[in-house]
Amino acid sequence: MNVTAEPLKVIGKGKGPLKVLVAKPGLDGHDRGVKVVARALRDAGMEVIYTGLHQTAAQIVEAAIQEDVDAIGISILSGAHMTVFRKVRQLLDENNIDDIIVFGGGIIPEEDATVLIEKGYSHKIFGPGTPLEQITDWLEKA
Amino acid sequence: MSEKKFKTLSGEEVKACYTAADLSSKKTTDSEIPGQYPYTRGIHSNMYRQRLWTFRQFAGFATAKETNERFKLLLSKGQTGLSVAFDMPTLMGYDSDHPRAEGEVGRCGVAIDSLADMEELFQGIPLDQVSTSMTINGPAAIIWAFYIATAEKQGVPSEKLSGTIQNDILKEYIAQKSWLFPPKPSMRLITDTFAYATRHVPKWNSISISGYHIREAGATALQELAFTLADGFAYVEAGIEAGLDVDDFAPRLSFFFNAHMDFFEEIAKFRAARRIWARRMKEKYGAKKERSLMLRFHTQTAGCSLTAPQPENNIVRTAFEGLSAVLGGTQSLHTNSMDEVLALPTEKSATIALRTQQIIAHETGVTNTVDPLGGSYFVEALTDKMEAGAERYFEQIDALGGVIPAIEQGFFQKEIAEAAFQYQKEIDEKKRIIVGVNDYIEDMAMDMPLLRIDPAIEEEQVKKVQALRASRDNEKVEKALRELQAEARGTENLLPPLLEAVRAYATEGEIASTLKEVFGEYREQPVF
Repeated sequence: MNVTAEPLKVIGKGKGPLKVLVAKPGLDGHDRGVKVVARALRDAGMEVIYTGLHQTAAQIVEAAIQEDVDAIGISILSGAHMTVFRKVRQLLDENNIDDIIVFGGGIIPEEDATVLIEKGYSHKIFGPGTPLEQITDWLEKA
Repeated sequence: MSEKKFKTLSGEEVKACYTAADLSSKKTTDSEIPGQYPYTRGIHSNMYRQRLWTFRQFAGFATAKETNERFKLLLSKGQTGLSVAFDMPTLMGYDSDHPRAEGEVGRCGVAIDSLADMEELFQGIPLDQVSTSMTINGPAAIIWAFYIATAEKQGVPSEKLSGTIQNDILKEYIAQKSWLFPPKPSMRLITDTFAYATRHVPKWNSISISGYHIREAGATALQELAFTLADGFAYVEAGIEAGLDVDDFAPRLSFFFNAHMDFFEEIAKFRAARRIWARRMKEKYGAKKERSLMLRFHTQTAGCSLTAPQPENNIVRTAFEGLSAVLGGTQSLHTNSMDEVLALPTEKSATIALRTQQIIAHETGVTNTVDPLGGSYFVEALTDKMEAGAERYFEQIDALGGVIPAIEQGFFQKEIAEAAFQYQKEIDEKKRIIVGVNDYIEDMAMDMPLLRIDPAIEEEQVKKVQALRASRDNEKVEKALRELQAEARGTENLLPPLLEAVRAYATEGEIASTLKEVFGEYREQPVF
């Protein structure tokens, strides 16, 4: 299950390697997926910043602004995805940021993923078991 | 063309055929008997002929009321023990109305804020008649106090309580990442629990040393075995250092392992675990009681082996994994539901998972004899290899200064992240076939009904904890919390003041923050 918003309204910010912030919001500690993805993005030549665990939406957006990233990847399986993605989007909007790609993955039911995309909270949601190359390819094209 | 290599999930090369020449410990193996030291073949001479394992399905969602209903349903279907899944705020020591809990209340498990919730969770379930396992670590002592106090309310003395509290903080720092305090005070809370259990709750397993989460985080079977036992040794050493006699608490230590897809490697892992533990307890820690030497364990089938595509296939995976746990001599078992990769299980999928255990127990005949794979050249050779591999890891951990320094240096975390990445790469490169994921793919829409947690649950739970704070005797609560804090600064056992605070209906969050003021909070340096 991979749900995408078409067409993407943003493009990476400029030259040089893509800079990606990968984040673990909420309280769950399942960081296997986020670490595997972080490693794959780094191996694909991107600059990767991992926030560590237990981040709030505000902490994630603040880090993204400070680091001037091209994309924020959110990994979540605690069931709080609707709350977290909405808050991240809200905070980005409040800061007038429209050039950061937001994507995510984890245990997110397809119908929720569709809502996240439709509401503009996220550009893409990758389901469990997505090949790593699919994620790196998508980011490079985005 | 290079010859195809056959490997276990841990990467151990597998030969085409095994003979007696492959056994490094042939003499020991030949003389090993179930129920006798070093217990490689099982801790009981009669095993499942005498008594089947405990069918213990993990359950918990929404609020105490909904979970109480699910418990009663599972008991009515033949489940023999309860196992509580708590939600993230409860696991992290936050009340449901804490800002950090927003969106997470009742999602991954049941929300428990105070004794009042625990009373509701077990309403109509006599605690002297069921055994209960609770998956809780950072705030384990607090939640255990809720349980003991609930039993008091039911008129059940703590001597009659049986069950397990996970209480394994080391694996949290290593893998599962739900923590409250730094390692040192956490270890104190754990040894306090050991001491209190020995004196007042003698039938209780005061810890369940867990490899499950280490495996789920990406470890191989060998890493799971080695890291879990290393944690176990660290707890034994902490108990001895706290002045306890090893034979007083070791009999109540229990373990929790994962059962993944590599059938024989899993069986070998369980057999090796028992042998290593028995030897170490006897030879290094000088344990004398037989019960101190026996490694008893619960098993859960591997959540991480389940696939979102073609979720029905997960029933088959779980059945093989459950079978490996039974052939490995488990004392209790949780079989995963097919939809757990997508959401918390529905009533139907939870029932199929339980039925899977019942089919293994009653229809396959594998329970008729003890350790039926004992003497298999392959299984024995693998058991020896797992043992030797674990010993090599123990040496590495010792060289780093022990488990806690190794955690602080990120040793386990790096090893696990590397194994997780390699595993994913092998799948992506199709070196490892996962049916429905990278081969035998079908383009089908997912039409499985999933359990949805009503967002109104959160609101309800928040109101409940706020109403509790308004209605209880707050002077009594404050006094109990002050007392607890004073004791935390000292060295006495913390269970008695914890119980006092709990009886006064202090909430989990209040107790946790009271202790954090003394103990501090843990932060990790993430590695990937």
